[in-house]
Amino acid sequence: MASDNLIEIKNLNFSYDTRAILKGIDMTMRRGQVVAIMGGSGSGKTTLLRLIGGALQPSSGYAKFAGQVIHQLNRDALFKLRRKMGMLFQFGALFTDLSVFDNVAFQMREHTNLPEAMIRDLVLMKLHAVGLRGAHHLMPNELSGGMARRVALARSIALDPMLIMYDEPFTGLDPISLSVIGNLIRRLTDALGMTSIVVTHDVQESLKIVDYVYFIADGVIAAEGTPQQVRDSIAPFVHQFVHGEEDGPVPFHYPARQYRKDLNLEETVV
Amino acid sequence: MFKHIVSGTRHIGHQVIEGAWRLGVATRFFFLVLLKSGTSLRRFNLIIRELYFTGVLSLIIIIVSGLFVGMVLGLQGYETLQKYGSESAVGTLVALSLVRELGPVVSALLFASRAGSAITAEIGLMKATEQLAAMGMMAVDPIARVVAPRFWAGVISMPFLAAIFSVMGVFGGYLVTVVFIGVDEGAYWSQMQSAVDFRFDIVNGFIKSCFFGIAVTAIAVFEGYDAPPTAEGVSGATTRTVVTSSLVILGLDFILTAFMFRGVS
Repeated sequence: MASDNLIEIKNLNFSYDTRAILKGIDMTMRRGQVVAIMGGSGSGKTTLLRLIGGALQPSSGYAKFAGQVIHQLNRDALFKLRRKMGMLFQFGALFTDLSVFDNVAFQMREHTNLPEAMIRDLVLMKLHAVGLRGAHHLMPNELSGGMARRVALARSIALDPMLIMYDEPFTGLDPISLSVIGNLIRRLTDALGMTSIVVTHDVQESLKIVDYVYFIADGVIAAEGTPQQVRDSIAPFVHQFVHGEEDGPVPFHYPARQYRKDLNLEETVV
Repeated sequence: MFKHIVSGTRHIGHQVIEGAWRLGVATRFFFLVLLKSGTSLRRFNLIIRELYFTGVLSLIIIIVSGLFVGMVLGLQGYETLQKYGSESAVGTLVALSLVRELGPVVSALLFASRAGSAITAEIGLMKATEQLAAMGMMAVDPIARVVAPRFWAGVISMPFLAAIFSVMGVFGGYLVTVVFIGVDEGAYWSQMQSAVDFRFDIVNGFIKSCFFGIAVTAIAVFEGYDAPPTAEGVSGATTRTVVTSSLVILGLDFILTAFMFRGVS
């Protein structure tokens, strides 16, 4: 059933100038799924999120959101579409001049004409869902890293989106905050019936909560599967990534001349 | 030798093209801000909030500087004028210097370093911490919501700050010459009133400060929005705001003065 797929990506290519970042990506994400996109730094994961969000234009191929080809939309249609998306940035990206309450209320005030009393109730409900109802009066600089990310999560579900994209949601969190965020992603996805895309390096935490995993390396999908398939995979890249091995298909050394030559241990012919 | 000349010339050409290109980007950004000002003009409370940060918080530096500039003008003016026995004209000297030149120019320079740098740093940091990107993803245009209110707040506050600066300067001159030195009070005020023309001096000074307000805030918001999202990027942009604004203020002042006062009296 086609309508079951919220995101469809077909043969998506993207390059900065002449440097190809993504080469022929194919993905589908169903409603209600939590999908992880993993890969080393600089492999093009965040670029993929920006393409889905319509912030970048693909060189060829397309990404569809709920049946609409994202890069063909004009500005107004794109902004309308973005109201159905939420995005959680790496460090939360809370508006530092607004309180926690006003941060969560931001989109409601910008996009709806709801009366202030109703906005208040809605904001408190969203904050309650992430366990921070009592912190509504604080300013972002008074929050810990984990709390800031929970507030950002409450802000991104403010208008009950169909899709939330998480850009490295686990970076720099202590183990407790980390599993709190992980569980919240799963619970909110299930409770609101939305789709979540988690871009992450954190293999162990994300394998606990996701339904499907894509590995991206050098701009192509190197491997994909359910968490169980990924754990059992014998593909060298997946094995190296999941077990955090130092050397393998992703080399430890940056390409260089021969070591002995660099140290002048070999006679050089003049 | 020839090689050095070629590479030197090429470098200069590159710099010029880069500069022209950046000027083009800045101009386009300026018109984009004007185009997207509808939201902030409709929701005027967005501008009022920024007026507090750019205007009200600049008051202290403007008042104190205005007072001292006026006091120095009074002192120096008196010392020179009394040699010719015309110390009663010191009021005219103080008022005309302030209203025509020092009020708009010095307050704009202070405004660039106090409020302009703050605007650049704030927008630059919002960009570096992905707040602007987050806003865009929430389908709210950062230029309309963040940049335009700050721009209009700066444009509105500048003439008021220049006026306050001039008033404080005139008061400072009065303090030094009349109260401390003992110049005749009636002469100070009456000479000033007869010499300063509303249309010619005050309105022209006001027009100058409007131009400066537009220039300084346009530079400040552009530098902030254009800043590379790193610590060095934001600090570099803040410095550029102050340096470029100061040069533009002084250059613009010369051009405006040439148009306004040349050959008229």
